Amino acid sequence: MIDFSSVADNFNVIYPELALLIGAFAVLLLGTVKRFAGLCTSVAGLTALIALWLAVDQFGTQQSGFFGMVTCDAFGSAFKIIFIAIAIVTMLIAHRFMIVKQIARPEFYALVLISTFGMIVMANTTDMIVMFLGLEIMSVPLYVLAGFARRSLQSNEAGIKYFVMGAFASAFLLMGIAFVFGASATTDLRRIVADFSYIIYHSGLYMYVGIALILVGFGFKIGMVPFHAWVPDVYQGAPTPVTAFFSAGPKAAGFAVLLRLFMFGFEGVAELSSIFWVLAVLTMTAGNVLALLQDNIKRMLAYSSIAHAGYILIAFAVGGEDALSAAIFYSIAYAIFNLGAFAVVVLLETRSGCRSDFSELAGLSKASPYLCAVLALFVFALTGFPPTIGFFGKFYLFSTAVKAGFIWLAVIGVLNSFVSVYYYLRVLKVSYFDRVEQPALSVSYTPAITLVLLITAAGTLGFGLFPQKLLEFAQSAVFAFL
Amino acid sequence: MIWPIASAELLPLFSYLYELLESTGLPQPWLAVVVYTFLAALVFGVLSLLALFLVWWERKIAAHIQQRFGPMRHGWHGWYQTIMDAVKLLQKEDIRVATRDKTVFFWAPVVCFVAAFLAYVTIPFGEGLIVADLNIGILYIMAVTTFTVISLLMAGWGSNNKYALLGGMRSAAQVVSYEVPMVASILVVVLFVGSLSMVDIVQAQAGGIWNWYIFRLPYGPIAFCTYIIAATAEANRTPFDIPEAEQELVAGFNVEYSGMKFAMFFLAEFVNAFTVSAIAVILFFGGWHGALLPSWMWFLGKTFGIVLLLMLFRWTYPRLRVDQLMEFSWKFLVPVTFANIIIAAWFKYAGWYW
Amino acid sequence: MTLDLVIFLISSVVAVFGATMMITQRNPIASVLFMILSLLAQAVLYIQLGALFMGAVLVIVYAGAILVLFLFVIMLLNLRGRESLGQPSPPISLTVKYALAVLFVLELIMVVKSSFSSDVFADAGNPGVMVMQTDNFGAVNDVAVLLFQRYLYPFELTSILLLVAIVGAVILAQRSRDDDGPVDAASSGESEGKAAE
Repeated sequence: MIDFSSVADNFNVIYPELALLIGAFAVLLLGTVKRFAGLCTSVAGLTALIALWLAVDQFGTQQSGFFGMVTCDAFGSAFKIIFIAIAIVTMLIAHRFMIVKQIARPEFYALVLISTFGMIVMANTTDMIVMFLGLEIMSVPLYVLAGFARRSLQSNEAGIKYFVMGAFASAFLLMGIAFVFGASATTDLRRIVADFSYIIYHSGLYMYVGIALILVGFGFKIGMVPFHAWVPDVYQGAPTPVTAFFSAGPKAAGFAVLLRLFMFGFEGVAELSSIFWVLAVLTMTAGNVLALLQDNIKRMLAYSSIAHAGYILIAFAVGGEDALSAAIFYSIAYAIFNLGAFAVVVLLETRSGCRSDFSELAGLSKASPYLCAVLALFVFALTGFPPTIGFFGKFYLFSTAVKAGFIWLAVIGVLNSFVSVYYYLRVLKVSYFDRVEQPALSVSYTPAITLVLLITAAGTLGFGLFPQKLLEFAQSAVFAFL
Repeated sequence: MIWPIASAELLPLFSYLYELLESTGLPQPWLAVVVYTFLAALVFGVLSLLALFLVWWERKIAAHIQQRFGPMRHGWHGWYQTIMDAVKLLQKEDIRVATRDKTVFFWAPVVCFVAAFLAYVTIPFGEGLIVADLNIGILYIMAVTTFTVISLLMAGWGSNNKYALLGGMRSAAQVVSYEVPMVASILVVVLFVGSLSMVDIVQAQAGGIWNWYIFRLPYGPIAFCTYIIAATAEANRTPFDIPEAEQELVAGFNVEYSGMKFAMFFLAEFVNAFTVSAIAVILFFGGWHGALLPSWMWFLGKTFGIVLLLMLFRWTYPRLRVDQLMEFSWKFLVPVTFANIIIAAWFKYAGWYW
Repeated sequence: MTLDLVIFLISSVVAVFGATMMITQRNPIASVLFMILSLLAQAVLYIQLGALFMGAVLVIVYAGAILVLFLFVIMLLNLRGRESLGQPSPPISLTVKYALAVLFVLELIMVVKSSFSSDVFADAGNPGVMVMQTDNFGAVNDVAVLLFQRYLYPFELTSILLLVAIVGAVILAQRSRDDDGPVDAASSGESEGKAAE
């Protein structure tokens, strides 16, 4: 007879994600009754806030549960807070947009919550089976969200493309996990770390094959070159709030797992550093160069997100605690200013007939000067100008690279940032200096999106002026890593 | 793995055969092959005879319900009518449609036939009368019977005829839908016994009629009802014989088959009816347990009783429509069986049984 | 030559044959049927290893449910394998394909060769190796204890994953009130999804 009483004690480890899950199901059930459908938004938001509170409450403790399947360390709980915050911001951005585009359905919020649940599961474990399941729970709602605008061909295309490519990548990932299991007879990273030299000695080949396949699988999720081909189409086709979610949440989750895998689990493989060197250079260069050619803001931001993934990959090549904290710092920073930029794009797209091409920005500085100023702030952050948070993110990344002797890598990174100046500043050039015949349509703010703009702008500027707090947060997440 | 062929586990007859062959010095693989072939032939023979008898019986019951006599010519009340029918079918021309999918068309009846007989590996006909007591017995039966639906789909597709295809599709949808409540009903008993082995399940019901699970478990009658309904659908019998609804689909998936191939489908259908009845007896009516008479007679008698029930269903109930059929499964049977499982699990957990 | 070996040889040959035929057939129905054949042979291999439960589940889940649905969909779409497979590939990409194929075969040979020298499973003293061989290895009980204790969390996650997939499919396929134009009832899958939800 199985004793279930021991299981019940484990639930306090997963309170935040459990809250999300319960909220998601409540939303799904409420959504079926027409009278309560209006409540769904508030229920979802409330759930996310409760989950956020629980996650903040949990931060700093170190616990594990469910027979070692859940490891809620500082690293994991830090990412819990990040993911839930991203979900809240996404829901705030989305509310008005979905109504304007006539695709408002209560299931949207449930899917966002469940996807966030998947991210948390992914980041809070050392077991590769749980990682895989978390990845799938995160991805399946994303496939649906990408195709959420069912009457838009582009959205359908995005959904199908993301689904097919994602399923393909999952196959690689599973194969990789199978190889690693074959080599080490365990799926738990802690066991792998403990017996690493033994495993490499006896079945190194399988291990290397497995690690390579795992890298392919997760590389797809974070849009790493050469597995980035899906990114622009999906980012452009998906409804814009969903794109904002894509660029922040799953990306951060992918990096959280990659950090855990490659800076903890497979840290002993020395060759990985040079592999990541090449991947980082390829990713940021390809992203930046291709972004130069885009005429659509969403597409440009898609390529820019590839480039930013490349910057974070520098940390993997460098390795060590400093690089890790720099990577966490950059993930948070990127989430803040990128969500802000997307909030502006969403706001612009709620005007009738807008497809977020560059030309639509013309005359924005006259029509809505404040919005234009906020956009400028986010663009500066994306480029990496001081005194925004983007500058410090890059600064920490490149300085750790230099400290560890990866001078060329840092130089290539800086050169790439110079390239990116061109296309980022093009946004400002069009909105401030381009002439227009008729004045641009004015935008209509809602309290939710104003709140998002205020928070992200304050974060971008505030943490840019005083980066110490955020850096401490990132470092505290590292110190209890494992 | 040690293949379950220890002679002690087999029937006395076979252990005798085994020892006899062993004394002639037959080398190991051939010894096992010969014994198993003999075993398979015996099971096959018995079942074929049973199926022939069932066909005759069904015709008689149908006739009497409809106020007529049915077959009367061959022997006493036409008792060897089906044998003559089989002889006739063997002699008939094997008509093959020119547009058929050759391989699929050929293999469909074979798969159907084999799948029907595979289940008998783990069915105990009496005390010790079992080919192999696998520890996953009931699960094994569930696994092999799924091939029936594949064969129906193959037949429907291979015939390249829209009625046949429709019949095949309907049967696939139906069998997949009813598999869920069927397994769920079985689980109620399995949960109580704590074993999937058929012999364990029967032995747990020893000691009188009140130990049969239909009487012993408070939720047993519900489980039996849901099981027998789902099983009727699984065996494609009226009121769930949508796949071969004559008025709509001519004869459904087997419309293009003739001669012996048709006979194989026909025979397999009756074997399947017998299988589901046998499982019902094992799960709910104490299997081979009974007083005075030998165990195999009890088993056969009880099974014929359930078969009789199925036949009465067939000739007294009207056929359901396709959408009614699906709704009945998903909206009524599945919730009921799942609720039953939860009740059963609660009883088991709380220890409310005697 | 024991019976075990004979059965192993037959079923492994059948498994590989089925898998090969599955990918070389043009007729999708034949492909699926060969896949079923291959899976059946694999189930026999599982049973030979003592994992009876795994074998039965493989047959029930794959042959009984998933592949039946495959057959169902193929028949609904009425794919008879007459469709051309598009333009023939240009020679350059063909070369790349064959080069990759050769590369993978070489890799396979390497992996298989190295597996004969590796003895990681023989060494049970190593703490990294999970020792799972028990008296009734592969029996339902053992599987259940592992599944509902050690792997309880992944098990529950799987159920959430399936639920999400169902919800997602329903969201995408559901006929909404404002949709105009003929939306054909891709009915059975949808109704099943709703019922399961």
